[in-house]
Amino acid sequence: MQATLDEIISRYKAGSREALLPLLQDIQIEYGYLNEEAILKVGQHIKLPSSKVYGIATFYDQFRFVQKGRFHIKVCRGTSCHMHGSSGILREVERVLNIKEGNTTRDGRFSLEAVSCMGACGSAPVINVNGEFKTAISIPDIALIIDHYKNTI
Amino acid sequence: MDEKQFFTEKVLAAKADLSQKEIVDYLALIRHETVTRPVVYIGSGTCGKVAGADDTLAAINRYLYEKNIQAEIVQVGCIGLCTYEPIVDIQLPGKARISFHNITHELVEPIFDDIFNSEVPDDHVLGQFENKRHNRWENVANISELPFFKYQHRIVLANCGISNPDSITDYLARGGYQTYLKCIRNYTGEKICEIVSQSGLRGRGGGGYHTGEKWEMAHNAVSDQKYLICNAAESDPGAFMDRAVIEGDPYLLLEGIAIAAYAIGATKAYIYVMDEYSQAYFMLNQAINQLKEYGFLGYNIFDSGTDLKIMLVRGPGAFVCGEETALINSIEGKRGMPRPKPPYPAIEGLFGKPTVINNVETLANIPFILRYGPLQFNEIGFAEARGTKVFAISGKAMITGLVEVPMGTKIGDIIYKIAGGIKDGKEFKAVQIGGPSGSCLPASQLDLPVGYESLWEKGAIIGSGGMIVMDEDTCMVDIAKFFMNFLQKESCGKCIPCREGTRRIHEILENITRRPTGESGYEVLERFKGIMQLADLSEVIRDTSLCGLGQTAPNPLLSAMKWFREEFEEHVFDRKCRAGVCKELRLFYIDVDHCIGCVACLRKCPSNAIVGQPRQPHFIIEEKCIGCGICFDVCKFVAVKLR
Repeated sequence: MQATLDEIISRYKAGSREALLPLLQDIQIEYGYLNEEAILKVGQHIKLPSSKVYGIATFYDQFRFVQKGRFHIKVCRGTSCHMHGSSGILREVERVLNIKEGNTTRDGRFSLEAVSCMGACGSAPVINVNGEFKTAISIPDIALIIDHYKNTI
Repeated sequence: MDEKQFFTEKVLAAKADLSQKEIVDYLALIRHETVTRPVVYIGSGTCGKVAGADDTLAAINRYLYEKNIQAEIVQVGCIGLCTYEPIVDIQLPGKARISFHNITHELVEPIFDDIFNSEVPDDHVLGQFENKRHNRWENVANISELPFFKYQHRIVLANCGISNPDSITDYLARGGYQTYLKCIRNYTGEKICEIVSQSGLRGRGGGGYHTGEKWEMAHNAVSDQKYLICNAAESDPGAFMDRAVIEGDPYLLLEGIAIAAYAIGATKAYIYVMDEYSQAYFMLNQAINQLKEYGFLGYNIFDSGTDLKIMLVRGPGAFVCGEETALINSIEGKRGMPRPKPPYPAIEGLFGKPTVINNVETLANIPFILRYGPLQFNEIGFAEARGTKVFAISGKAMITGLVEVPMGTKIGDIIYKIAGGIKDGKEFKAVQIGGPSGSCLPASQLDLPVGYESLWEKGAIIGSGGMIVMDEDTCMVDIAKFFMNFLQKESCGKCIPCREGTRRIHEILENITRRPTGESGYEVLERFKGIMQLADLSEVIRDTSLCGLGQTAPNPLLSAMKWFREEFEEHVFDRKCRAGVCKELRLFYIDVDHCIGCVACLRKCPSNAIVGQPRQPHFIIEEKCIGCGICFDVCKFVAVKLR
């Protein structure tokens, strides 16, 4: 069962600044993203203006403010992957899904994110779909991979 | 007597006699030196999992179940050979441990069939581990004699991929935590700081500050509370050694942290680990819980009066948080922006208290230094740099993975002797050392020994230890652009020269790689003006930024311009890219002798730049061509060529 926002917030001491980031992280783990309500409530709990909470949350790459898709695709943009042509891979994923990096498709099925390095440099270029790695992929593979997930429930 | 009682009473007690036969035999059993049933080891670090270790593991379980074989499965960390993952080792009772590479799930059955019939399979054999207690496999090389391992000197990675990272008893059976107990029972904090100073250990995270000095400063600071922070915020693209150490040998790091905390008088330690490293986080959490159970954490540890609490912090992903003051801000729940130094964190750090921040690798060296003495550590290495350094080799090298070499090893030796040279027989072009703010070195610098000052003199830094090998297919302008783009995105925005300057450098590099057609006179002027200002701009960024990120931000550009000037000039004046990477600078033409007029390219061309009649050779109108390369890809007759 999903923990409610209040339950997560109550795990941390009120007014303690160092609890801010773990709290936001916990909310994101539970809901997949941070919505306006979460930011406001966290602000009240930590006793910080919500503008400041939002400012900190946007500073870090980890936090998202839109719902993730059913399948979350991460394209590695590390140096090794870049040398093996990951910029083309990212462009191709964007073309096939018809969304830009950081967005979610309208049907909520796919979301796309470019990450700086997933540490799988030996198998470059890599993409990661919902935690599952696809290694040493080439541009023609992309459409096949996405088709596969389009037909998966 | 259960395991825990055995260890606390017989092994870890103050007057334990470890030479008793009963204890020696029992420890050998735990270390898997003597085994009573087959043991299967599988490399299950992140790199192994990426290569499909989970499928292999499932296949192994299925095989053992079907054949009704009672065997133990141990999931080990990464041994460093990422290219060869999934690596599976098998140890039969009385036989040496034998290692196989690239074991995908369908290979499990044939390989295991052979091994359980005491035959060595023809393929996929990596080597065997030497041990006096075991019978050797015939015609199988020793692991330690493979070129990849022969030139390495493993201190930090000694047990990675070999021991069981899930089990505290395995670590204790290898002599773990004896050093920590020796420290808290016999040494004062001052003495430990002195030993570390003598060893000559310097920070492995990039700055290269003397660890002993840093500790002394914090040790001498007077405060009711001190902190130790372990910096595992490894977010350089192409660096994964910290992760490998945590996943492969978490207890080694935790012992190093415990000793460091005792030395400076800190009772609270934080480990700041990237949130993406979910497995590393899990391993650390598990290890900390086991340590609590054995009494290595908490109050009055082993009746010595020492307290220690270790907390895990999940870093929410920002490159700048690798900088120590930014990291402190991040733990305090603020934006990860650096603070001015001084005051140094050793005087005024986390929550205003004295704080020492050390990198994972630095701390993982500590148990070795205190166990074998500072002189033994000091013997390794050269000049100002003592000990070893772990490098993560990636890119176009034959073997990608982790290597640990003594300081002073030549860069060329690491690439050619250990990593096996360049993939696919291509020509070496450059090696990029030190992460995004490091620099590229050309073939002429391959004789350079790795160390702090030796690299610094050539404008390079050792950084965290990423080593990216580039071949002739890599465009140096493109690489410089890639790094500037990365730094521009990751700049925290506190210092304007870094925030705006990196962006401007990126724009200038974009300009010189943009397609020349249709460029107005003003744009040409802007392009040249930008290039002339690059050097000045770099200097300003370097001199006026607060933290390491800004101060080293122009490095990738300056080093590329220094060593690969002709490539930049080619881009600027001739408007071409010799590696064919800069898409917009590519010019295609159709070889009339090969073109049969199949119209495949003409149909696909998005800008209608190809003209021609069916069955007649086609032509490309250069002014219209956007250099996308689609015609090049679709031509089945190799008639489209790159100019």
